[in-house]
Amino acid sequence: MAFLHQRAALYQTVRTFFIEKNVLEVETPILSNASSCDVNLDIFSTVTGGNITKARRLYMQTSPEFAMKRLLAAGAGSIYQIAKSFRQAESGRFHNPEFSLLEWYRVGFDLEELMEEVLSLLIRCFGRKIPLKILTYQDLFQQITTINPHATNQQELINYAALQGNSEAATICGDSLSNALDYVFSQYIQPQLTKDQLYFVRDYPVCMAMLAKLDDKKTVVTAKRFEVYFNNLELANGYEELTDAKQQEQRFQQDIIEREEQKLETVPIDKHLIGALESGLPDCSGVALGLDRLLMLMEGARSIDEVLAFPIGRA
Amino acid sequence: MATYSTNEFKGGLKIMLDNDPCSIIENEFVRPGKGPAFSRVKIRNLKTGRVIERTFKSGETVEAADVMETEMAYLYTDGDFWYFMDEETFEQVSGDEVAVGEAKKWLKEQDKCIVTLWNGVPLTVAAPNFVELQVTDTDPGLKGDTSGGGGKPATLETGAVVRVPLFVQIDEIIKVDTRTGEYVSRVKN
Repeated sequence: MAFLHQRAALYQTVRTFFIEKNVLEVETPILSNASSCDVNLDIFSTVTGGNITKARRLYMQTSPEFAMKRLLAAGAGSIYQIAKSFRQAESGRFHNPEFSLLEWYRVGFDLEELMEEVLSLLIRCFGRKIPLKILTYQDLFQQITTINPHATNQQELINYAALQGNSEAATICGDSLSNALDYVFSQYIQPQLTKDQLYFVRDYPVCMAMLAKLDDKKTVVTAKRFEVYFNNLELANGYEELTDAKQQEQRFQQDIIEREEQKLETVPIDKHLIGALESGLPDCSGVALGLDRLLMLMEGARSIDEVLAFPIGRA
Repeated sequence: MATYSTNEFKGGLKIMLDNDPCSIIENEFVRPGKGPAFSRVKIRNLKTGRVIERTFKSGETVEAADVMETEMAYLYTDGDFWYFMDEETFEQVSGDEVAVGEAKKWLKEQDKCIVTLWNGVPLTVAAPNFVELQVTDTDPGLKGDTSGGGGKPATLETGAVVRVPLFVQIDEIIKVDTRTGEYVSRVKN
């Protein structure tokens, strides 16, 4: 029962933090006309019935990002949400198909300002200072593998994995460079991170931009994206948000093509989101932070099941 | 042919990998950043005993290995094969020197051992943790030395050689830990 109290206290801390900063708590639909078309996300969906409307397929959110961006475009200002999110086939020591995300958007913030805010929230939650390391994706990647992630290709990464004894990486990653980068990162880099040290990894390769803006002012173009790691666990993922509707639609189209190539379920592009971006998303940065994992780290739990009232096996 | 999907992977599951029967030690679901989901699995090759780590694409299926562990009684050896019997079904199986491995040093007729069967054929044989064997040869040693310090080699009835304290004599029965190959104590007749 202790974890119930710990979760309640954590949510209290989070809410107080955002009240102090004048960030508005919002609630958006879990079911929506469209969801992420990310190739690596497997989405729950359902069909409406009864006499409410004509039967429609609705998708459960993988994060509240799209609905919150529509609010931002509508002029809501800085907002946050504690939202149940859903991802099929994700179950394990650090995953439950239904999980809680804290997601927030800061209008006018750039990536650095948001990273600072994430840090101060984490310090507040842990109630202590934690040794911190901020480094670029390239520095970290190169330090451990000697491969430059911005100049590599899928084959080099697969060869690297094969040398480490994982020739099956070729099957797992397919032809995708970003998959190969993610594979190498999680297999050989993440386990090397120092314990009890908070890592902010920033400036991702362009192929991993997702919904982030590109930084094309430097010689090497990077994505304005960061991830937070603590005790080998991925805790948060943030972007300086892409506001260009055209570019975003192109990235979604690319996802759809890849989904078709991999014979995955077809999902629609969220026209509402594209519409909102067209009408004008203010410059902002946003981040999603896994609350179940944060709770695990705060309480030293070994498995996500320990911090859930009813994990999926008993749901 | 039975198969298992990665989401059924758990400790103790027996699968085929690179044509060898293996046992899963632990399985961890990994989904990096926004990347591909996979399972990181620690596996013991049941033929060689080696532990390796492999990754599997989420949802990938692998062939199940028909492997089971049974308690059997050791019957005898003809030099090429070692014969075992399931004391419930009276079914007999034979394993070669590779399968019996280290256990052959310790096996005495009627000893109960754990035989791992793969497709009905012994893959490995684990001797009981402790065996009691008669000393067939050892130096007479010094009379009156009961300290046990130093020790001397002793040959046992199965041919195994272990270090024993100086006071142990030929024909005595001793208890040996087969996992370490070390003398434990004398057994009173």
